[in-house]
This record gives sequence, C-alpha cells and structure tokens, in this order.
Amino acid sequence: MSTIEILFFFLSALAIFSAIMVLVSKNPVHSVLWLIAVFFAISGHYILLNAQFLAIVNMIVYAGAIMVLFLFVIMLMNLNAETEPQKHLWMKLAGVVSGGCFFLVLVSLVRQATDLNGKTALMKEGNIGLIKNLGKALFSDFVVPFEITSVLFLSAMVGAVVIGKKE
Amino acid sequence: MTLLSIDWILLIEKLILIAIIVFASLGIALYTTFAERKVAAVLQDRPGPNRAGPFGLLQPFADGLKLIMKEEIIPNTSNKVLFILGPGLAMTAALMTCAVIPWSSHVELFDRSIDLQIADINIGILYIFGVVSLGVYGIMIGGWASNNKFSLMAALRGASQAISYELAMGLALIAVLMLSGSLSLKTIVDQQMEHGRLWNVAYQPLGFLIFFICAMAECNRTPFDLPEAENELNFGYHQEYSSMKLGFYLFSEYVNMIMSSAVMASLYFGGFDIPFLDESSLSPNLAAILGVLALLTKIVIFIFVFMWIRWTVPRFRYDQLMNIGWKKLIPLALINMLITGAVILWLQK
Repeated sequence: MSTIEILFFFLSALAIFSAIMVLVSKNPVHSVLWLIAVFFAISGHYILLNAQFLAIVNMIVYAGAIMVLFLFVIMLMNLNAETEPQKHLWMKLAGVVSGGCFFLVLVSLVRQATDLNGKTALMKEGNIGLIKNLGKALFSDFVVPFEITSVLFLSAMVGAVVIGKKE
Repeated sequence: MTLLSIDWILLIEKLILIAIIVFASLGIALYTTFAERKVAAVLQDRPGPNRAGPFGLLQPFADGLKLIMKEEIIPNTSNKVLFILGPGLAMTAALMTCAVIPWSSHVELFDRSIDLQIADINIGILYIFGVVSLGVYGIMIGGWASNNKFSLMAALRGASQAISYELAMGLALIAVLMLSGSLSLKTIVDQQMEHGRLWNVAYQPLGFLIFFICAMAECNRTPFDLPEAENELNFGYHQEYSSMKLGFYLFSEYVNMIMSSAVMASLYFGGFDIPFLDESSLSPNLAAILGVLALLTKIVIFIFVFMWIRWTVPRFRYDQLMNIGWKKLIPLALINMLITGAVILWLQK
C-alpha cells in the first residue's frame, strides 16, 4: 500500500466513525465536536485530491465559523443530554429503515453511473483545486455567477442586520 | 528503504524537525513567562523574581513544578471529557501554526538538503488563518465544560472577540497577498529577501498595525484580555481549572504569542532575512543558522512589545473592544486593501 492509500483509508474510517458518533452522541455539544472531526477528515480527503484551497476553506468556514455558531447556540440554550427529547422506539426504527433505503438507492446509483465506471479519483495530481487555477476559473469563465453570488451574500447580510436591529 | 513505499528518511527528517520546533517553542514559552514577570518588574520599578537560581533564572522551572505538584480538581458537575479536552485543544491549536512558518533557509546534512520548514504548502497564510479560527474551541469548550456561569460568560466573550478580530486580520492579510501574489509563506519571505526590495512593512505600515492589534486580540493579551477579566469574571474561562490543566491554558497564551510573533516577522519583517547582508555569499549551513537567529531576534522583539503594551495600557471595556474591532479596524483594513489594489494597478500601467 502506498502512503496515499493508507491515508485515504485512515481518513475514510475517521470520517465514517465520526459521522456515526455525531448521530449516536446524546449530548449536542459532543455531536458538534464529532462533526468538526468529520470536517477535518473531509479536508484531509481534499488535500489528497490536491485541492488544498478547498480543504483549507472547508476548515475555515465550516470548522472555524459555522460550528462555532452552532456551539454558541447550544451553549446559550443550555441544551444537554437531559433536555434531549426522547423518541419512541418505533420512530427510531422507522428512521433506520428509511435511512437504510436511502443509502441503498445511493449505492445503486453510484454503482450504475456509467461515467464513474472503472475510474479512480485523481490522487496527488490534477491541479484544478489549486488556488491559482480556481481563481482564474472564477474570475474569467464564471465571473457573472460569481458576482451575482456575492451580491446575494451582501443582500443577505444587510437583511440579517436589518432584522437584528432594534427599533 | 522502501517499506510500504513510504519515504522513511523524509518522514524521520520531518518528525525530528517537528520535535525540535515544538520543544523549542515550549522552551521559549517557558522563559517568556519569566521574561513577562521581569519586564513587568522593570516597568513597575521593582526587582521581580530573583530568588530561584542566579537572577531568578530557575523561576519558570519552579513555577512548572508547582503547577504539576498541585492537586488536580475536576468539578463534580463538569463535563469530564470536555473539561480535560479543553486545555489540550488550546495547546494543540497554538502549536499547529508552527507547521508553515519558514524558520530558516535549508541546511545541508549527510548529502541531503533539509528545508527548515515543516510544510511549504501553497496556502500557508490560509492555513494560519484556519488554525487561528480553531483556537476559539479551547476557550469555548473549557469554559462551557466547567459548568460555571463566569466561565461560560468568559468563553462566549472570548469566542466573539476572536471571531470579530479574525475579520480585520483577514482583510489585512489580503493586502499582503496582493503585494506578494502568493499564499506561501516561504515565497513571501524569499521575495522580501530579494535584492533592492524592502520588507513588507515598508509597503504595508497600516496593514501591519491592524494585523498587530488583531494578533494581540487573538492572543487574549491585555488590553484585550476580556475573557479573563478578573474584576468582572473572577478568573475567566479557566476559573475551575487547577494544576497543569491551568498551566496549559496559561502556557498556550505564550505559545500563541510566539507563533503570532513568528508570523508577523515572516509576513512583514522579512522572516529569517538579515538586513544589509547578502545571505547567498555565505555557506548554506551558516546562513541557515544565522537566519534562525535573526528570526528569533525578531520574535523576541515582538514579544517584548507585547509585554510592554500589556503593562502600560489598561484593559478595554467590552463595548469599546467591539467598537474598535468592527467600526475602526475593519473599515481601516478595507481602505488599506483598496489603496493597495489601486497602487498596484497604477504601477503596472
């Protein structure tokens, strides 16, 4: 096994284990921390794919900002294992069955997709994820959607400020 | 040596480098605590610690021993796992920055050219930014897991302060980025070492000032030490901590200080560049050693300035802190960014 394969399997195992722990944890704060671990593992995958910019932005935006806000909300509302609502057994069962069905559909979809057949991900090569190429693509080929997105973000920000403002 | 087709020599080389850098940072941090007390003493016109060893030089070891020997108390109502995790996270986040800092040029040992930088990734600045944004977790988790109102208040304060000042810091960084055209710290330092080019601080004085203030806020140093404001919050987010766990929190502040000094030196003050000296005329190993010394000198100067400010300026009020961050620094950083962009555009025509 090469280094990349070892890292790939390690990161995959970490990601799946942490994702399961997000669901299993009784305490919401623990869930959030496991979710951060998931983001770390996924960032590691991005690095393996040579998409360093994506990896680090994933970490800054999700692990560094959004999860902090999650923690803020959980801490301020004082949610913990005791306040977690208890669900019925049949509800849990129904959840497992429907989730399993969805998983089955996804797996069959991936297996049957013809353009994925016999292809492996580009590991350690390919340079579309590097910041230089990404920037060039964003500001030449996709400049109009990019600008529209930024205007959208700005208006969302202004909207949030207006809603949050006291009379 | 190909077992599992890993480049073992590279791995060992990097592990040794990581060990050296981590232990060196911890060692410097140890003596930074001593320096802090000495600087405070000088500024307040008193002798300072002078009992343990000559000139009190063994004081940090006495302090460390005291912290380790103290009884470890974990409050009954705390969340035990997170209570222990908190200080560890704070320390990890503080030490993680050292991975992308170029400590010097390369040394040549056993026919191998070893870069004195753990990882020269082409997103170095963003990596630092990411690690800084993770630094919040140590404070937040520790404060929350203590299950103490004062700790929680302090943790929330610390987190909101860190998030607010990250923005201005990022905007100040963008101006450096436009100047260098690269996110790799090594490239940025190399550019500043080029002949006939000044250090970045000459082109970015305002940006440096903003970055410096934000770094001070990110390190929770006075005048920005709101999360541990004794008169309002007893002791802040680490109130329930005792023994070496408390030591880790206090220590991570000093490691943070060293790392942010190193980042500032690399970004704005030429990193391991020695002024008025052409390094390429020296032998590589000598140049590397002199480079490390130059960077360390710059770090020490920055740390001294940090301490100088701490013992001179009183703490801000919380609303003043937020006003400075959002209403002064961010607009200033935006203006700085616009001016930098305009000048670059104008010079290219």
